[in-house]
Amino acid sequence: MTDATTMNAVSGSGLRKSHSGDIVKASLKRRYAAEKRFRAYGIAAILFALSMLAILFSTIIGKAVPALTQTMIQLEITLYPQDIDPDGTRDPDVLSTANYRKLIRQAMFDLFPDVTSRRDKRQLYDMISPGAVFTIRDQVLKDPSLIGQRMTFQMPMSDDIDQLNKGAIRADLPESERRVNDKQIAWFKRLESRGIVETVFNTTFFTAGDSREPELAGIWGAAVGSFFTMMVTLLIAFPIGVLSAVYLEEFAPVNRWTQAIEVNINNLAAVPSIVFGLLGLAVFINFFGMPRSAPVVGGLVLALMTLPTIIIAARSALKSVPPSIREAAFGLGASHLQVITHHVLPLAMPGILTGTIIGMAQALGETAPLLMIGMVAFIVDIPGGPLDPSTVLPVQIFIWADSPERAFVERTSAAICVLLSFLVIMNVGAVLLRKRFERKW
Amino acid sequence: MNDSATNETQAGTDAAGDEKVKLLSRGVKVFYGDKQALFDVDLDINENEVTALIGPSGCGKSTYLRSLNRMNDTIDICRVEGDIILDGDNIYDKAVDVVHLRARVGMVFQKPNPFPKSIYDNVAYGPRIHGIATGKEELDGIVQTALEKAGLWTEVKDRLDAPGTGLSGGQQQRLCIARAVAVSPEVILMDEPCSALDPIATAKIEELIDELRENFTIVIVTHSMQQAARVSQKTAFFHLGYLVEVDETEKMFTNPSDERTQGYITGRFG
Ligand SMILES: Nc1ncnc2c1ncn2[C@@H]1O[C@H](COP(=O)(O)OP(=O)(O)OP(=O)(O)O)[C@@H](O)[C@H]1O
Ligand SMILES: [Mg+2]
Repeated sequence: MTDATTMNAVSGSGLRKSHSGDIVKASLKRRYAAEKRFRAYGIAAILFALSMLAILFSTIIGKAVPALTQTMIQLEITLYPQDIDPDGTRDPDVLSTANYRKLIRQAMFDLFPDVTSRRDKRQLYDMISPGAVFTIRDQVLKDPSLIGQRMTFQMPMSDDIDQLNKGAIRADLPESERRVNDKQIAWFKRLESRGIVETVFNTTFFTAGDSREPELAGIWGAAVGSFFTMMVTLLIAFPIGVLSAVYLEEFAPVNRWTQAIEVNINNLAAVPSIVFGLLGLAVFINFFGMPRSAPVVGGLVLALMTLPTIIIAARSALKSVPPSIREAAFGLGASHLQVITHHVLPLAMPGILTGTIIGMAQALGETAPLLMIGMVAFIVDIPGGPLDPSTVLPVQIFIWADSPERAFVERTSAAICVLLSFLVIMNVGAVLLRKRFERKW
Repeated sequence: MNDSATNETQAGTDAAGDEKVKLLSRGVKVFYGDKQALFDVDLDINENEVTALIGPSGCGKSTYLRSLNRMNDTIDICRVEGDIILDGDNIYDKAVDVVHLRARVGMVFQKPNPFPKSIYDNVAYGPRIHGIATGKEELDGIVQTALEKAGLWTEVKDRLDAPGTGLSGGQQQRLCIARAVAVSPEVILMDEPCSALDPIATAKIEELIDELRENFTIVIVTHSMQQAARVSQKTAFFHLGYLVEVDETEKMFTNPSDERTQGYITGRFG
C-alpha cells in the first residue's frame, strides 16, 4: 500500500506534462515495428529452411529418376539343345549350369558378322549385362520345352551402355575419358537403328537384392532387411521402454538409485551410435555367438539405441497426464495398476507413440552401428527371416555411394528416395495412430 | 478442544444418544516429510450427517479429509499417525485394503475431474472395477440411480454416450458426485466441491448434499461460511494444523467458544 502511494506522489509532483496515454502511444509505433521485424526474421528463417529442403529433395529426386528405367535389348536367340542339354535329360541341374553365355555371344556375333578380332568380340559381348544369362536360364528352367526353338529374349544391357543411352556418358568426350569406346558407340547406334534397343521400367531395382553389376542391383533385399531389423527393434524397445518408463514414473521410490538410473538413461541417449555397434559386436556376436550380419543383431543394437528415446518420451507423456485423473480413479478405489492401465497409459499413449516413432525413424536411418556388426557385407540374397544375413537401406546407400560405377550414382539417389518414403510412411502411421488414440475430450 | 463425544473407540453413540459415530479420529497427526501439517486431531463424524470443515487456507482441511480415505497414500512423503476408525475398524490397520476402504469412503474433488470417457462410462467405472453389477441391465440401473441421486439424470439421459468432459462445470461436478455415489459408499468426502462453480450450480449441489445425507455420511471442506451454515449439521474449525473447535453448526455460527473461531467466522482473518 505505502509503496503505491509514494510512487503516485512522485509522478504526481514530478514530470507529468503529458498523460501517460501519450507516452504509450509514442512507444506503440516502436513496439509494432519490433514485432514486425521479429515476424520477418521468423518468416525468413522458415523460407530458408524450406528452400534448403526443396533443394535437397529436387536434387535427390532429380538424380534418382534415371534409375527408374533400364536399357534393354531384344535379342533373338536359338536355344541349341547341344549347348544346353546335350544328353536330353532335362535335368534341372544340367539346365541351370548350361553355358547360356555362349548362346548370347553367338547371337551378338550373328548381328555383327563384321566383328572378328577377339578383342572386339569381347567388347561387343560386354555391351550385354552379365545378368542376361539368368534371363534365359530362368525361362528355360520354367519351360524346358523351349529348348531347340528360336525366340526373342529381352535382356538388360550393361550399365555403361545404359548410361550412354541415358546420356550420362557423353559420346562427344574424348575416347580416353569415357568408359565406352568409339566402336561400342557405333555398335550401339546400329542396334538402335535396328529397333531392338528399348528403355523399360526398371523392375529389377525394386525386386532384386544387391549386385556388383548396377543393372542387376536392387533395393528389395535392403528393404526387407530394414523391415526385419525394425521389427526386432520395435518388439524389443517398445515393451521394455514403456515398462521401464511406467515403473520409473509410477512405482519407483525416489532415492539415489533411481536418480542414478535416470541420469544414466539421459546419458545413454547421448551416446554416439557407433558405440552401440561396438557393444553389439562384443556382446551379441562375440559373447552370445549370434549370427553376424543378421537383422536380429542389428535390431537388438538399434533397440538399445532407441530405448532411451522411448523411455524419456514415455516418461514425459506419463508425467503430463493430469493428476486429477489419477486422483479420480484412486478415489473410486481403483488399484494402482488399474489406474495405470485404465487411465494413465491410454492418455499417455499418443505421446508414447510419437516418441517411439521418432526413435524408430532414427533407428531406420542409422548406419554406423550396423557397420560394426557386419551388416555392411555384400549380400545378394533377399533375407527370408531375421536370422538371415542381410543389409539395411542406409547401409545399402552407403555401399552404393562408395561404388565407382557411374550407374550406382542414380541408384544411390533412388535408394535415398526409398528410405525417405519409408520415413514418410512411418510418420503418417504415427499421425494416424495418434489420431486414433487421441479422442478429443 | 474436542467436543463432548465419547472416548469409546468402538463405533458408539454419543451423549445425545440418537446419533451414531461413523468415523472416529483420535490423535491424528499428518506429516509431509519433516513438516507436520496436522496436530493431534480428535474428531467424531456422525452417520447421516453433513460435517463441514472450515478454516483458513493451508490449515490442513484437505490433508485431514484425504487421510480419511487414505488418499494421502498416493503422496510419497506423506505419513499419518494416530487412529482413524470407520465402523470400529482402524483404516490404517495393515489388514485394511485401501481399495476396499475407498469403495466405502468415496471422494469428490475441488475441480470437477471426469474421466475422458462417456458419461455412462464415468459413472459405470466404479461399479465395474469393483464388480458390483452382475449384468448390463443391473449396471444400467446403477448408472441411472446414481445420476438421479446426483440430480443429473434428466439432463443427460439422452446423451449417455457423450463425453463427460463436454458437460458444463456444474454438470461435471454432479457427474463426479454420481460417479462417487455409484459405488454406494458409506461416506462421501467432498473437498470444496463448489469452489469452481457459479452460484446457481452451487445451490443445486448444496441441495443435492442435503438429499444425499439420507443415505450417506458426508464430510465437506468449504471456504464459504454460508455454505457451511446451510448444508452442515456439524462444523469443525481448523487453524494452523490444529482442530480448534467442533460443534453443532448452529452453535458454531452463533456462539463459538474459541475466539479464533469467532475471528474467522466474522471475517477478521482467513
Ligand atoms: N503434497 C504436499 N506436500 C507437502 N506439503 C503439503 C502437501 N499438501 C499440503 N501440504 C502442506 O500441508 C499444509 C496443509 O495443507 P492443506 O492442503 O491440507 O490445506 P487446506 O486447509 O486444504 O488449504 P486450502 O483451503 O488452501 O485448500 C499446508 O501447509 C501445505 O503446504
Ligand atoms: Mg484444500
